[in-house]
Amino acid sequence: MFLINCPFCGERDQSEFSSGGEAHIVRPKQPTELSDDEWAEYLFMRKNIKGIQFERWNHVHGCRKWFNVVRDTSNDKILSVYKMGEKPPVNYK
Amino acid sequence: MKNKYSVFSLIKNALSQHENWQQAWGNPEPKKEYDAIIVGGGGHGLATAYYLSKKHNLKNIAVLEKGWIGGGNTGRNTTIIRSNYLWDASAGLYDHALKLWENLSQELNYNVMFSQRGVMNLAHNLQDVRDLKRRTHANRLNGIDAVWLNTEEVKKFCPIINTSPDIRYPVLGGTLQRRAGTARHDAVAWGYARGASDMGVDIIQNCEVKGIKRNGDKVEGLETTKGFIKTNKIGVVAAGHSSVIANMAGLKLPLESKPLQALVSEPVKPIIDTVVMSNAVHAYVSQSDKGELVIGAGTDSYVSYTQRGSHNIVEETLKAILELYPIFSRMKMLRQWGGIVDICPDASPIISKTNIKGLYFNCGWGTGGFKATPGSGDLFAHTIANDEPHKLNAAFNLNRFVSGDLVDEHGAAAVAH
Repeated sequence: MFLINCPFCGERDQSEFSSGGEAHIVRPKQPTELSDDEWAEYLFMRKNIKGIQFERWNHVHGCRKWFNVVRDTSNDKILSVYKMGEKPPVNYK
Repeated sequence: MKNKYSVFSLIKNALSQHENWQQAWGNPEPKKEYDAIIVGGGGHGLATAYYLSKKHNLKNIAVLEKGWIGGGNTGRNTTIIRSNYLWDASAGLYDHALKLWENLSQELNYNVMFSQRGVMNLAHNLQDVRDLKRRTHANRLNGIDAVWLNTEEVKKFCPIINTSPDIRYPVLGGTLQRRAGTARHDAVAWGYARGASDMGVDIIQNCEVKGIKRNGDKVEGLETTKGFIKTNKIGVVAAGHSSVIANMAGLKLPLESKPLQALVSEPVKPIIDTVVMSNAVHAYVSQSDKGELVIGAGTDSYVSYTQRGSHNIVEETLKAILELYPIFSRMKMLRQWGGIVDICPDASPIISKTNIKGLYFNCGWGTGGFKATPGSGDLFAHTIANDEPHKLNAAFNLNRFVSGDLVDEHGAAAVAH
């Protein structure tokens, strides 16, 4: 349990948000061209990082907007929050 | 077995004030090379080493554990054992495990306190009723005992349940598997460790894997905190940390690791002599032999390796428990903890080879791995020894996420394990 600084509403309890999992997984541009392996990669395979992870959150019980978060999954500390469409911060790799 | 436990050994040791009991398993330093190394000294990993040694005649085996054996999810679960899964593949897998449980104390010469007190799954809405009835039929077709109970029968079987039609989620019935039950989780890890150690398996604690050495498409060994260890067969049974190990070999798995919580109350006199699970309101409860209520909560929605969970999850579970069991309203909770569970998209495990030769994974058990411990170890040992899956775990291969042949137990299990 932790606080998330929604870029639209400010700091709120994590229970107001829903986790959208790993961020920056690009939806296939030409789905009909995809092989089964590529579909599996897109749909199911996840980095599931222990450490610094880029992820999506939705303020589902608030403004209902999606945004991105950089969080250390080994201690739940949030390092950065940035809006959809913005480039991820480069200092966390 | 070198130091067989029996009533005679108990008497003999009582006469010497219990000061001469032998250590149950060894504490060796790693050798330079092994025929097979199991990464992860939980119940599943130790069972794998035990069956590899016992049934497959591999003698030079090590189990590496970064902490202490049984200190991960084996010691953190709510010890529920059942096999009433919907799909044929799952029914085969979990019932194989259940049959091994039935003789495990004798097999290991170690009392795992397996108690077939029954597991009841409650239905709270019309869809639950349909799903659970369908599942009892599927179970019976697979030779797994299952009965449907109506509300009065539920009340008769477990009188402390509130079956009033006025509660928010009234009890409309439930299923009962009488062969299901619980076991002593620590004893399972210790029993397998003792049995494996007795057959010459090296159980190496406080030894963390830091890297996997590959030569092209096959494995050559492991970098660990106790140095490099050579091997050409690696079986990874690392639960929540499976992806971390996979990443060391350049593999990605279809897993997300999340905290799952449980809690126990202060001990009280016997009040509930079965296990009751309820998916719709997410609460399950049983009573330990010490008298504590053992309560399972849900997972957090986000990836985390923190081994703790959120308070709102506990609160939701306790709300449901209180509505179903008003008698518990004055109970005090003594302890709460979290474990990191590796959840597969189809809520079924992976017991599989990988495209790297000599690297095997047993993971994805998610919220319900404890019940499968003996079967999982047995089938994973078979897979490692023969480089081919047993017919009971063939469906649980890693390739199913490419082929689409998923074993979708998410809704089908009718309960959050």
